[in-house]
Amino acid sequence: MADMDGSFHAVPSNLVEVENLTVRFVTREATVHAVNGVTFNVQPGEVLCILGESGSGKSVTLRALMRLLPPRRAKISGLIKVDGQDVLSLDGAGLRRLRGGLVSMIFQEPMTALDPVYTIGKQITETIIRHKGGGHATARARALDLLELVKIPSAARRLDNYPHELSGGLRQRAMIAMALSCGPRLLLADEPTTALDATVQIQVLILLRKLQKELGMGTIFVTHDLGVASEIADRIAVMYAGRIVEEGPVADVLANPLHPYTRGLLASTVHGQSRDHDIDAIPGSPPDLRRLPTGCAFAPRCAQVSRECRAGVPEERRPVVNRMARCVRVPAMAGTMAAQV
Amino acid sequence: MNAISPTPTPIGPPPPAADFERDRGGPAQPLLIARDLRKHFKVQGGSAAFVRAVDGISFTLFKGETLGIVGESGCGKSTLARLLLHLLRPDSGELVFDGDTVAEMRGITVNALRRQVQMVFQDSYSSLNPRMPVQDTVAFGPYVHGKSKADSRAVARSILSRVGLDPDLFGPRYPHELSGGQKQRVNIARALAIEPRMVILDEAVSALDKSVEAQVLNLLRALKADFNLTYLFISHDLNVVQYISDRVLVMYLGAVVELGPVDGIFSRPLHPYTRALLGSRPSMNPKQRIEEPPITGDPPSPINPPSGCRFRTRCPFAEPVCEARIPELGAWTDRASHVAACHMQVPGSGHSQALGHG
Repeated sequence: MADMDGSFHAVPSNLVEVENLTVRFVTREATVHAVNGVTFNVQPGEVLCILGESGSGKSVTLRALMRLLPPRRAKISGLIKVDGQDVLSLDGAGLRRLRGGLVSMIFQEPMTALDPVYTIGKQITETIIRHKGGGHATARARALDLLELVKIPSAARRLDNYPHELSGGLRQRAMIAMALSCGPRLLLADEPTTALDATVQIQVLILLRKLQKELGMGTIFVTHDLGVASEIADRIAVMYAGRIVEEGPVADVLANPLHPYTRGLLASTVHGQSRDHDIDAIPGSPPDLRRLPTGCAFAPRCAQVSRECRAGVPEERRPVVNRMARCVRVPAMAGTMAAQV
Repeated sequence: MNAISPTPTPIGPPPPAADFERDRGGPAQPLLIARDLRKHFKVQGGSAAFVRAVDGISFTLFKGETLGIVGESGCGKSTLARLLLHLLRPDSGELVFDGDTVAEMRGITVNALRRQVQMVFQDSYSSLNPRMPVQDTVAFGPYVHGKSKADSRAVARSILSRVGLDPDLFGPRYPHELSGGQKQRVNIARALAIEPRMVILDEAVSALDKSVEAQVLNLLRALKADFNLTYLFISHDLNVVQYISDRVLVMYLGAVVELGPVDGIFSRPLHPYTRALLGSRPSMNPKQRIEEPPITGDPPSPINPPSGCRFRTRCPFAEPVCEARIPELGAWTDRASHVAACHMQVPGSGHSQALGHG
């Protein structure tokens, strides 16, 4: 009933369907509730940004999509479907086909994600031969094309470079080339520009945006940076304490946030505020994921908290088409939302 | 000097300056003067190459101001911070703290300098002793500087509560029992416990989440007013630097490329590198995205920096003169001076777009 408007016509074309995803890390001492019931879809060719602070569960969600979490300690439940495949039921061979083929990933630190003892060219050709077959020469020619696609200068020479011989920006471009080598339908990016310098970050962002459009990949982009999200996202999902607390088109969410946490995050992001006043910081710190509060996890930091907030986890509310927020103060039905809170 | 001639002010001549600046005290005496600081690191492995981390940097820090230092990784901003505290010994150059030369005859000792200048580092965990309750870490500074144990403990408790940590609740805890924001508050308390006059903040808020970063920035501003502090604020985040600084110094590959009041730097940047840095900031508006990157490529390695102007390899305005001669940072006189090390700012420099040309 609640999501009749949003997902009705979207269902047939979903590239990614995640339903009620839960990830717990179980150790002898404690159980960490990293992801607590996350539901979202991604259409082909769409960029979804998952925005959140450290410990919000954004990276864990992304890794779960590729089953990259340690299998013994991470207890995953819920449903993950990528291009119709049930990811959680795949066996070893199925996972190997999925990773790098249908889905590929770009990590934050290219130096640790690339293999230091093989050249860039070797790593890309190996991926291509593994997934697409074919000879070494064709794979190498394709690798060269890819380095040119990601605008690495003197690409032919760079093929024979080891990762440590490249600068940070070029390494990240090489990683993007490798991720694109088998034409994935879904690209996962975990803070891919966070470790880069400002003048390099914007170059990589523009490149990713362009490639994503040309190749029509669905993309899930994890970031903590509102500025980065506003440069690349079609839609934003804001995570807090393992739940998506708000979701919607990027321009709407940034211009008119519904959830108090999103509003707080916007206000506390330093961006041209007057220097005569304090920044409107959110008080306190995020909850301990070993001992989540009952009810809304943001309630202890929220200025507008009421008794209702502590009673139970707020339901998804969809006051407007394509917008969702988990807050008891957001009107439940479409059409009842007057001027914003 | 062939730089832009600044309007003469009654305060005095340009900085490579006369002896009157070493007079101790008085509000007009800059708190810290750095002259031509240099630090080169030998590249390991037997080659004769040097990393020119800091290559001739001069600036003045006035009393009560916040000077922001921005630049990309490898530009030498953290090396500079360590030189100022003599955590690294400069190869050459001179430091004058409130009129006294540092670590020279008739000057003050490095220990005396460190009693007045403290530093907060980026990594809040590795800069705390993991085996010491945080109240003991905070009390350690006053204790080694001569206070009794009981007095040091009292200082630690009062300063912890001043940075927003209840000393009864947080004082006995160990660093691993605190969140990132709380650890950074402890580091700030540790720095302030010996009542310094100046604090160097080296990427002190960069590792924090945005909501916590805002809390710590507010705290830093309040502390500055309460304790009458002078800040040197190093960061790669231009938005944060714009918010907190009175003046800004922009570094590129070990050299100063631009220096001026914060509003001047952000509204009328003079150096092409500063313009590129500002233009690289994400727009925060999905309807006005940046379509073309302001400059291409990565910063070159500081091992063999380009000859002449170091930015010329990425600069859209580069001309032969930029390769031939190193542009000088113009002469500056006081807090309001806004200068850049660019041939385009110097009439008659030989650059086709130099001021007053044609």
